[in-house]
Amino acid sequence: MDPSSFQPIDCDVHPAIPSTRVLLPYLDPYWREHITRRGMEVDNLELSSFPANAPLNCRADWRPERGPAGADRTLLCRHVFDTFNSRYAILNVLNGAQIMHSEDLSAALCRAINRWIAAEWLDRDPRLRASITVPVCSPELAAEEIERCAEDKRFVQVLLLSQTEMPLGRRQYWPVYRVAEKLGLPVGIHAGSAQVHAPSATGWFSYYVEDYVQQAQGFAGTLNSLLTEGVFVKFPKLKVVLIESGVTWFPAYMWRINKTWRGVRAETPWQERMPSEVIRENVRLTTQPFDSPGSIAGVETILEEIGSDQMLLFSTDYPHWHFDGADAVPEGLPPDLIRKILVDNPLETYPRLA
Amino acid sequence: MTRHVVASVGEIAPGTCKVVTIKGREIGVFNVNNEFFALINRCPHQGAPLCRGAIVSRLVAPSPGEYRLERQGEMLRCPWHCWEFDIRTGQSWCDPDSVHARTYACEVEPGDALAKGPFAAETVPVEVEQKYVVVTV
Amino acid sequence: MNVTLLNPQIETTQQSHLGFIDCDVHPYFKSPAEFDEFLPKKWREHRASIGGRTRQGLAKASNYPRMSPGNGQRMDAWPPDGSHPGSDLPFMQMQLLDKFNVAYGLLAPLVGGSAGERNIDFGAAMATAVNDWQLARFCDPDPRLKGAVQINIEHEKAAIAEIEARAGDRRFCQVNIPPRSIEPLGRRRYWPILEACAANNFPVSLHLGGTAGHPSTGGGVVSFYHEEHPSYVQSMAALVTSLVCEGVFEHLPNLKVVLVEGGFAWLPPLCWRLDNTWKALKTEVPFLRKKPSEYVRQNIWVTTQPIEEPERPADMLSTLEWIGIDRVMFSTDYPHWDQDDPRFAFKVPLPEEWKRKIYHDNAMEVYDFE
Repeated sequence: MDPSSFQPIDCDVHPAIPSTRVLLPYLDPYWREHITRRGMEVDNLELSSFPANAPLNCRADWRPERGPAGADRTLLCRHVFDTFNSRYAILNVLNGAQIMHSEDLSAALCRAINRWIAAEWLDRDPRLRASITVPVCSPELAAEEIERCAEDKRFVQVLLLSQTEMPLGRRQYWPVYRVAEKLGLPVGIHAGSAQVHAPSATGWFSYYVEDYVQQAQGFAGTLNSLLTEGVFVKFPKLKVVLIESGVTWFPAYMWRINKTWRGVRAETPWQERMPSEVIRENVRLTTQPFDSPGSIAGVETILEEIGSDQMLLFSTDYPHWHFDGADAVPEGLPPDLIRKILVDNPLETYPRLA
Repeated sequence: MTRHVVASVGEIAPGTCKVVTIKGREIGVFNVNNEFFALINRCPHQGAPLCRGAIVSRLVAPSPGEYRLERQGEMLRCPWHCWEFDIRTGQSWCDPDSVHARTYACEVEPGDALAKGPFAAETVPVEVEQKYVVVTV
Repeated sequence: MNVTLLNPQIETTQQSHLGFIDCDVHPYFKSPAEFDEFLPKKWREHRASIGGRTRQGLAKASNYPRMSPGNGQRMDAWPPDGSHPGSDLPFMQMQLLDKFNVAYGLLAPLVGGSAGERNIDFGAAMATAVNDWQLARFCDPDPRLKGAVQINIEHEKAAIAEIEARAGDRRFCQVNIPPRSIEPLGRRRYWPILEACAANNFPVSLHLGGTAGHPSTGGGVVSFYHEEHPSYVQSMAALVTSLVCEGVFEHLPNLKVVLVEGGFAWLPPLCWRLDNTWKALKTEVPFLRKKPSEYVRQNIWVTTQPIEEPERPADMLSTLEWIGIDRVMFSTDYPHWDQDDPRFAFKVPLPEEWKRKIYHDNAMEVYDFE
């Protein structure tokens, strides 16, 4: 379904860094020297989780003549805003800077990315908003960067990758949640992995299609961690958005996590509330990809099982290829739900958009 | 409804349970700090013999890492899926408003009061000097 | 209320719940020395000295202790002599096999450590010993119990030899492969073992558990059993993904794979996701000639336990239909804590035909019991 008539809010759009070199002007002078000394400005910091030219990651009609899809701002804005008539789009950067092992290097690059986004994207088109890119291996430095960027109200969210060195609910990450909750910023957890660990308990897959499918299971593990470690008990006002997760895995996941909780709750006694209740209050999902059962009845069933008309947030996941044309809204959504997904839920989740 | 003598008071030590059969139902009689409670010996989840589970306390944490031991000896843990029930009320911990184990009125009566009847004491001989646990089913 | 309770009217065992096939039963030992009878001397000595070595920090206990004594047993399943649940055949008969007039009980021995053993010669020896032990202690005394051939997945030669040695012995009904091997099971290095299973008409049973040394999730090592328990679902999903996407079922169209103790409601959305993702990435896996979900429907079965508990009980029906009524087989997981009772596991009435299939006929199709 084409969402244009609603002027939706697109909660997941991916700008690409055309080359690490573009970050040089935005680095602190010390780090500019450091990076150029090592020749890193010519490194392509593409994430293994998102090979830029894989058909899944670049819809054919969105592919530019040169460079990675999403690198040209004019083209991205034309594709995103003209096609879908969106009122806002939230930019989520996926880049290796987030996962560098050296904490300070990672933080320096992330700072540069955020400055670059502000200057060359947010300043140039008033419909653009962005998530704050942070170093995933240093929650302290991430918290500092969040405080710094949050002064610019066009940054509406903190961005984390779903699978990094330790499960995201661990107490070591709490500085991030503390500052996000304090500042009223949702934490967007995006599909992707630092690939420090094998993607599954049974090791490394051969093919990209397997890695990508596994992302849904990665989200399950991440959300389990947030729940069992008590992140939502400690930070009850925190909103978490699972971005690019697939959506339809969610009901079966909730059933299982509720079932386990009834018997195993005593291990994590701060979990006094049923997990699905906490989830419906604190967790949101973006809509693309929507791994559809392929029938309207099936979609309706899944939506009923999700059990909350506030949970879904519209996204295109541009330039990833999950649908053709302007068909960004999955078939089978009841009409009264569509406006909520396209506009109301995003406004409610991202207060800074108002 | 009939009243049934299930045990002499001394027979069920504090922190233990005796399972009896009354009118074809298995019922667990618990001594919680010298108060007596009766619950059906069947978990509302999948029919497990609830009263053969563990008598436990309530493990509580107002915040991650802050642990408290409460209601010591007042909770019953189903032997199968470990659902926790309040022995006093039969309420489940996971859903106290709508999931519970059936409870039965349970009182302590002196032998001489019981001698006036009516009661059923299929297996427990009543002596007037003793006190007894009486369950109403 | 989002929990469906026992119907208080149900007091007696219903007809449809008698004579079922239990696709997951766990035998145990009274003492680890029970295996010595079946081990050559050098491995008896090795077992008693160096002992089993797996890819985790604790040598003798689970890294994720369970919430019930005995490493997660049903609290009322301890035999009168105090030995471990599942180790006493008469007690198992009383609590399960005779109580429900079980037609067949399929053993999943999670004992002996053969599957994940790093010393692969010792692992292979333990596999053979556990196989002999199953027969002596359980299958021969009670032929309703069917064994599962244990192998060490990393010792290809010994694994194939063990599979071939047990082929045709109808006291065994399947081969047990650990669901967490060093690499996903669909990888080509494991194909010779899968070929041997198919060639010898053994379904492959993937029973959750164990560790291959990787964290339980792609995001790192989890803290709690509360996370470990649901992470088994993610491991099952990884197995399905690997077996399908590597083309195992294109190569071995007759191989049957049974996923045990993973539940099942996660399977339909995984199939939808596999199909959707594969559409965009077909060129990467050109040897797949069908949609991924078609391979799942062709080669994979699931057992019911731990049974799903949808918030709206009727959603169980659509879930089962999405998987396919002929692909679901009932299991108790006796005597573990999260086992299911055949009378009360389903919280929604099932059509009679569904019950017959799930409790009995599907397993008769998948397995060659006699």
